[in-house]
Amino acid sequence: MPDTLAQPMRFGSSSGQPVTRRDGIAKVTGDADYAADHSPSGMLHAVYAPAAIARGRVTAMNTVAAEAHPGVVRVITPANRPALQGDPADKSVMFTFRIEVLQDDTVRYAGQPVALVLAETLEAATEGARLLDPQYAVEVPRVTLADAESEPVAGQGFGQPADTTHGDVDAGHAAAARSVDVTYTTAAQYHNAMEPHAIVAQWEGDHLSLDVPTQAFALSCAGYARYFGIPAENVTIRCPYLGGGFGSKAIPAGPLVLAVLAARDVGRPVKLALTRKQMFGPVGHRGATEQRLRIGADGEGRLSVIDHDNVAETSTFDDFVEPAANASQGLYAAGALRSRHRAVRLDVGTPGPMRAPGEASGSAALECAMDELAEASGIDPLEFRLRNYAETEPGTGRPYSSKALRDCYLQGAERFGWSGRPSAPGTMRDASGLLTGWGMGTALFPAPMFAAQARATLKADGTALVETSAADMGQGAWTALAQIAADSLGLPLDAVEFRAGHSSLPDGGVAGGSGHTATAGGALHAAGLDVVRQLGEIAAADPESPLHGAGNAQFVARDGRLFVEGDEGRSDALADILVRAGGAPLTGTGRGARAPEAAAAHAMYSHGAVFAEVKVDPDLGQIRVSRLVGAFAAGRIINPKLAESQLFGGMIWGVSFALHEEAKFDRRTGRIMNADFAGYHVPVNADVPGLEVIMVHEDDPHVNPLGVKGVGEIGIVGTVGAIGNAIRHATGRRVRRFPIRIEGMLG
Amino acid sequence: MPLSMTLTLNGAARDVVLDDPRVTLLDLLRERLDLTGTKKGCDRGQCGACTVLVNGRRVNSCLTLAATLDGAEVTTIEGLGTAAALHPVQAAFIEHDGFQCGYCTPGQIMSAAGLISEGLDAEDPERIREGMSGNICRCGAYHGITLAVQEAARRMAADGQEDAA
Ligand code: FES
Ligand code: FES
Repeated sequence: MPDTLAQPMRFGSSSGQPVTRRDGIAKVTGDADYAADHSPSGMLHAVYAPAAIARGRVTAMNTVAAEAHPGVVRVITPANRPALQGDPADKSVMFTFRIEVLQDDTVRYAGQPVALVLAETLEAATEGARLLDPQYAVEVPRVTLADAESEPVAGQGFGQPADTTHGDVDAGHAAAARSVDVTYTTAAQYHNAMEPHAIVAQWEGDHLSLDVPTQAFALSCAGYARYFGIPAENVTIRCPYLGGGFGSKAIPAGPLVLAVLAARDVGRPVKLALTRKQMFGPVGHRGATEQRLRIGADGEGRLSVIDHDNVAETSTFDDFVEPAANASQGLYAAGALRSRHRAVRLDVGTPGPMRAPGEASGSAALECAMDELAEASGIDPLEFRLRNYAETEPGTGRPYSSKALRDCYLQGAERFGWSGRPSAPGTMRDASGLLTGWGMGTALFPAPMFAAQARATLKADGTALVETSAADMGQGAWTALAQIAADSLGLPLDAVEFRAGHSSLPDGGVAGGSGHTATAGGALHAAGLDVVRQLGEIAAADPESPLHGAGNAQFVARDGRLFVEGDEGRSDALADILVRAGGAPLTGTGRGARAPEAAAAHAMYSHGAVFAEVKVDPDLGQIRVSRLVGAFAAGRIINPKLAESQLFGGMIWGVSFALHEEAKFDRRTGRIMNADFAGYHVPVNADVPGLEVIMVHEDDPHVNPLGVKGVGEIGIVGTVGAIGNAIRHATGRRVRRFPIRIEGMLG
Repeated sequence: MPLSMTLTLNGAARDVVLDDPRVTLLDLLRERLDLTGTKKGCDRGQCGACTVLVNGRRVNSCLTLAATLDGAEVTTIEGLGTAAALHPVQAAFIEHDGFQCGYCTPGQIMSAAGLISEGLDAEDPERIREGMSGNICRCGAYHGITLAVQEAARRMAADGQEDAA
């Protein structure tokens, strides 16, 4: 399959349609099954005891009391934990971090599992875990960026971002007529998918069968296989639906591995579901950052330098440093660019990728700093960004595979009414006297592809079965991927049965990085084309086919018929070709990936512009987002209805980042004080009125044969900065700490 | 000590023997009666994923001890409509894409059904947003949820008038 097409491809009739979700009925009737909905017979419930301190050792536990509780079957502690075949620190499977599975009595973060209780009922297991009442030898915990010295980052491998410099940074600073030197901080955030991590594990001999949410079937199978010393083929994962992932469900998490270990130990199926509180610790989070931005511009408002230093937390036992400073690469045409990272080791669970890792936090700081410099230069924020519009990728000079960002700016500004914005802050009030402000931000997110495989089988009745182990965590894979497959096979969507969500299917790759539709979709597309090619060969060799003799031609399938490309006069029905050939189903396979040459030749990003209106109560300091308009260009949109939902969701995450989410640590115990939905705020319905999304048309002939980028993460990028800037515009206050709360409006 | 009770569950009388007084309605449904459509998002009354109707009113089933429900009428997502005959709220959620991952969805839908029967004014979206704010959607499907509740409320009001006529 070619990696690029000279012309934007014409695609069939399903893609581009706002088809309603194919899994809609299952989800509205309660039929859609998530991992914890399974209860095989003989199953035990597992509940773990979390550490109540962040640093130290467990010195005692009352296992006698726990074991004596009616219904409790087994108590597993570091003292009696059955052996694991693999190394908990093994990182050979991509995206893996060291897991905490009772390997010793050391406590490395609050919420770390310190013991596991198995019982006949959930109630008994819960009470058993409570009765353990661990005692500790406590050391002083380090839980905020101020609690330890920063250190360099290795700059290699996942979670260790490399420093990047383009151009002469010192010269850029010297050339600046105006500059700002500002430091922004962002809070630790926890993914908190609505579905807490859960697993139902069953062993049969050395075969392991799991109901577990996963964003990456093959990686998860490989991970469990390594920990338990069995071949990856012996691991079966069923996951038709995930109740949200956001980056936290790609690889086996420690507590889930413990449940599998326990199931093997007792010889019975085991179910473990994390409590909401337990979601704050062992399953990843977005680390806090402190970002210093020194940016300068010449007298015309052209950027001479963006110098971005990021200090982010990681754990004491593994590395994931939020690559926030990298958000300054790739976006604005500055004379010099520098992104640097340092890490602070804290007594917290290892951070990990969380929706728009790097970009969300980095863009929050960058977009606010850009506004500060625009204001210092006396230039409208939108005009300032247009003056620094990059026609090629800054630093590298590579052409963009496509970039309709200018259209995003203009269409978004038009819809929002940006041109009526007074430049002075603190001058707008609404009818009820609330301070009103308008701000904007640019959104950028890479358009990566991973690797995936798919299979398509055409049947003699004119229907097809297409298969890949895609993971649908709400982005709409069940629907959008079927639309792609239908078009590639030239069949109506109703004639295509799509199977996904099971590890026995061809590897659907990773649902993450906003690259799933492009990657799994690319594999399905290639599989469809493989069927079409084979069918063409059969038809060309068949004297009874109108296509007889068209041996060297290219074939295309459309409306259930096969055509010779460029010769619309001759065609044959797909089903008829198969029937005449004996009626056996015809199978094709395909792979979705990006060739390294293609990846090197172009800079590939989705782009967008977000405009925000906020209202601030002048007496109470209460902040509300009253309007958000986001205009995004992300290549071909397979399903505008679902893409819009993704973008809305991302923008709401932006509101959440800007105004709500913050894990607050008790510096004495090292525990998170607000580890629940009462204290850890995420937006509710009343928090997000007035959202609008504009999908800006963009043809991309280079990014992949489908022209698809991705929309899963970009909505959050740009939104955070836009809100911070709108608050400045409303109140005259520049708050450099996210989330921005009432406290920032007082005093 | 086992406790015997009778419930009307999704329209049918059920005798339930409770093995443990600590069991919540949510865990009764999910772990003992194989009604797993109702979801657990927090177990603390903070997210709404477990919303069901008890005697016609929406409640967080995770905060309701099963033992208090002798004689009660309980409606869960499984009892609201079926794939072949969707409840208007269910149909409207599909139409307006009022969900993504679907995990909060049974709770959202039960909450919407309860809210509408509380006499919601369909033309007041602000009131809908407030009334649905006990149900967190981490995917952020609120735009579609609000439109879906509005449309379902309108349709049910119209149907109600027809029935009355
Ligand atoms: S599970 Fe009951 S309110 Fe969250
Ligand atoms: S649809 Fe995922 S939490 Fe609401």
